[in-house]
Amino acid sequence: MNRQKLQRMLVTSASSLIAIIVALAICAVILLITGKDPVKAFSTLFGAAGETKVLQGMLNRATPLMISAAAVAIGFKMNLFNIGVEGQMRVALLSTAVIGGAVNLPAPLHIAFCFVVAMATGAIWAGIAGWLKVKRNVNEVISTIMLNFIALSVVAWSFDTFFRVDKEGESTSLLVKTKELPSTAWFPDIVDRRLNGMLIVAILILILFWVLVWKTKFGFQLRASGANSGAARATGVDPKRMVLVSMLISGAIAGLVGMRALMGDVHAYQNNLAEQQGFNGIAVALLGRNHPAGIFFSALLFGFLGEASGRLQLEDIPKEIVTIMTGIIVLAVVIINEAVKRWDDRRIQRRAAAMVDEKLANEKKVEAAS
Amino acid sequence: MSEQPQTRGDFAVELRGITKTFPGVIANHNVNLTVRPGTIHAIVGENGAGKSTLMKTLYGMHQPDEGTIVVNGTTRTFRSPTDAIATGIGMVHQHFMLADNLTITENIILGNEPTTSRGRIDFNSAHDSIRRLMSTLGVDFDLDAPVSSLGVGQRQRVEILKVLYRGARILILDEPTAVLVPQEVTELFVTLKRLVAEGATVIFISHKLDEVLANCDEITVIRQGTTVAHTTPRETDRRGLAELMVGSDLPDPSGRETSVGDTVLLQVSGLDVAGTAAGSKLALDDVSLRVHAGEIVGIAGVEGNGQFELCEAILGLTPAVRGSVTLENRDISGAPTRERIGAGLSYIPFDRHREGLLLDAPLWENTFLGREDDPTLSSRVFTRRRAIEADSRTIIERFGVRTPNEHVPAFALSGGNQQKLVVGREMASNPKVLLAAHPTRGVDVGAQAAIWDELRHARDNGLGVLLVSADLEELIGLSDTILVMFDGRITAELDPVNATPELLGTYMTGEVQGARS
Repeated sequence: MNRQKLQRMLVTSASSLIAIIVALAICAVILLITGKDPVKAFSTLFGAAGETKVLQGMLNRATPLMISAAAVAIGFKMNLFNIGVEGQMRVALLSTAVIGGAVNLPAPLHIAFCFVVAMATGAIWAGIAGWLKVKRNVNEVISTIMLNFIALSVVAWSFDTFFRVDKEGESTSLLVKTKELPSTAWFPDIVDRRLNGMLIVAILILILFWVLVWKTKFGFQLRASGANSGAARATGVDPKRMVLVSMLISGAIAGLVGMRALMGDVHAYQNNLAEQQGFNGIAVALLGRNHPAGIFFSALLFGFLGEASGRLQLEDIPKEIVTIMTGIIVLAVVIINEAVKRWDDRRIQRRAAAMVDEKLANEKKVEAAS
Repeated sequence: MSEQPQTRGDFAVELRGITKTFPGVIANHNVNLTVRPGTIHAIVGENGAGKSTLMKTLYGMHQPDEGTIVVNGTTRTFRSPTDAIATGIGMVHQHFMLADNLTITENIILGNEPTTSRGRIDFNSAHDSIRRLMSTLGVDFDLDAPVSSLGVGQRQRVEILKVLYRGARILILDEPTAVLVPQEVTELFVTLKRLVAEGATVIFISHKLDEVLANCDEITVIRQGTTVAHTTPRETDRRGLAELMVGSDLPDPSGRETSVGDTVLLQVSGLDVAGTAAGSKLALDDVSLRVHAGEIVGIAGVEGNGQFELCEAILGLTPAVRGSVTLENRDISGAPTRERIGAGLSYIPFDRHREGLLLDAPLWENTFLGREDDPTLSSRVFTRRRAIEADSRTIIERFGVRTPNEHVPAFALSGGNQQKLVVGREMASNPKVLLAAHPTRGVDVGAQAAIWDELRHARDNGLGVLLVSADLEELIGLSDTILVMFDGRITAELDPVNATPELLGTYMTGEVQGARS
C-alpha cells in the first residue's frame, strides 16, 4: 500500500474515532445534568464487552445493520440518498413471508428462493424511486420517504386483510403473524438461538460490495458518476441508467435486511419485525464512511451499544441514553468529517506542492551537476 | 484633483516588501508596488505568478507575513475586505457576484441598503445616487431591469457601479477582459478612463499585453511571486513585456510542417439542435462543417452561441433534431456516445472542473475516466489497477504534469497541470478527431506552450481537430480554417492568414454575417 492511501485511511478512521469520543463526552454531560454518574454508566456499558453472550448478541444485531448500511452506501457512491431502505425492507419482508411460505423446496434451494424474492421485491420498490428520478426528476430523498410511508401502510393493511393467521383460541393476540415458513426456509444458527448464520451472508455482501465498487468497470463508472456526473456523462456514461441501476442494486440489498429476523428468528411476518433496521443502516453507513470495512466496524459498535444498553437499566440509568448517543454520533460524524476533510484537503494540496518543488529542485541539481 | 506635487507620500497605493507564504509555497516575495492616483495601473504576469495573491493582500482577504500597505499616505492593516472597503478600496472579481433575479438597483445596494426613518429600503435615494454614479461612468441602465437581462459587458459595468456605490476610489479589476469580446473591451476602457479622469485610481490585472500597452498609464510586472519591473507603455513594447513576464519569449501558437490531408475525417451536415426551453429557437441551426486529416478547424464565437451544443451533438450527448455526423465515412448519427468515442472521437470539455475531472479522485482514476473499455486497462468486467497506474504515469511523464505521483487527488494540482492531464488523457487513446474546447483556458504560459506543441504534433501526424476557443490569438495561430458561430449558426469562414482579432470580433458580435466562402 502506498503512503498517501495509508495516510488517508488513518485520517478517515481518526475522524470517525473523534466523532465517537465527542459523542461520549456529550452524553457524559447529559448524564451529569440528569444527575446520573457517567463513569458508572460507561463502565457498566463497556464492562459488558467481556461477556460472550453480549458479544454474540452484538454480532446478531450487527448483521442486519451491515446489510442495510451496504444498501445505503451503494446509493451514496452514486450520490443518491436512499432513505427508503426501511420501506424496501418491509415490502420484501411480507412478500418473502407469503411467497416463501407458499412453496415447498429442499432446504438450500428454498433459502435461495426466499433471497431472490426478497431482493426482487426490494429492488422493485426502490426502482419506483429510481424511475421517478429518471423520468420526472423527483428527488430520491422525497420519493423514498414517501414510499416508506406507503410501504408501511400497504404492508400493514394487506397483512391485516389477507395474510394474518390468528392462533386458535387467542384471536385477539397482539402478536399476530403470517403462516409460519416451512423449516426448509429457516436460516440456520451458528450459536443456537443466540447468533444466526445470516452474519456470514452480511459479510459476504460487504465483500461483494467492495469488489463491485472498487474493482469493476461498472463500479468505476458508478463512482465517477457519483463524484462528478458531468464528467461521467461527457465520457458517455448514461447518468439516468446509472441512477436506475444503483437504485435497483440498493433496493435488492435492502430486501435482505430483514431476512435475519424473518428466516433466522421469527420465521413468520409480524408488524414490528426488524423495525427501524433500515433507518439505522443510514447511521451505520455514515459512521463507516460508506466503505465496507468502516461499515463492518460501525455495525459492530451500534450492535454492541444496542445489546449492552439493557445493562444500564439494572443500574437505574435509562437505556435511552444509548439512543441519544447513537444520534449524537451521527451528528458528530457529519460535522467532524466535513471539518477533517477540509483540513486534509489543504494538507494534501500543500504536500503535493512541496513535493513538486522538491522534485524540480532535484532535477535542477542533476542538470547543474551534469 | 491633487494640487500637491507627486512626492512619495502621494501614492494612492504603496506596497513595500510584501511577502506572503502559504505552507510549502511562496506566493509573494518582497513585492513592491507604487500606484499613482488618477492612473490606470496594470499588473501583468503569467498565471500563477502571484498577481491574485497580491491583490487579495491589498483587498484584505488575507494578511501579509511581512511588509506594509500604505494607502493615500497612511499605513494600513486590513483584517478583512470590510477594512479595505472602508479605506476606499473596491474589487471587481473576474467571476461576477451578481444575483440574476434581482434588479440592477437591488444588486448594487445589496448589503448596503439606504433605509428610510421607518426602516424600509429607500429606493428613491438609492436611485439618485446610482444615477449620479452612472453619469460619471457614462453608462445608462434601466435600474429596475433584472440583471438576467444584461449581457456580459453590461454586468461588468454593474459590478463596477456596485463597487463605486460602496465609496471605492481605488478599484482593483481582476482580469476584467477575460470574458469580453474586443468591442466590449474597448467600451470597458472608455469607462475606466472616465473614472480615472474623475480622480479615481484603477489597478488592472491582466496578462493580455496588447490591451495593457494600449490603455494603461503604468505597468508593474510580476514574475514568480515577485515584482521584477516597473515600466510605462512608452518605454516598452509587446516583446519587451513578454520577456519580462516569462523571463524569455512568449510561446507562439503558429507554425506547421505538413499540409492538410485530403481525407475528410469528420463531416457534420445540416445539424439542428433544439433550444433548451420548449418552443425556443434552435440552439444549433443547420450547421455543416468538415475536418480533414491533419487539419485544425477553429470555431470562433462569443460563448453561448452554439459551440457547446455543437460539441455535445457531435458526441451524441445532446440529440440532434436533424442532420448527420459522419466519422471516417461511417455515419455515427444514431450511435451512443460510447460507440462514437470508441470509433475515434475524443473530447477536451469546456470546463475541466465540471466535465473533465473527478477532483477528489486520484490522478490514476482521472486518466482512466472514459477509457474503461480499453482492453489494456480492463478486462470485460474488472479493472486492471496496475496497468491503469502505469498508463497514468506514462501520461503524466509525456505531458509534463507536475505532480509527486499518480496517487495525488486531482484538486491538489494547479489549473495548468489539471488541464495537461485532461489533454493527455484525451490524446492517449490515439483519437482520429479531437474536439478541443478551450484547451488552454486558465493555464500558465508554460502549460499553454506544452499543450499547443502536443496539438501541433498530433495534427502533423494526421489528427483532425475541432478547436473551440475564446483566445483569438490561439485560434488564428493554430487553425487552418476558422469558422465563426453566431446565434447557433456558422456565419463566416475565414482563412487565418487574413484574420485579425478585430475582424473576428466584428463577426462574433453578429455585426457582419454571411462571409462563408
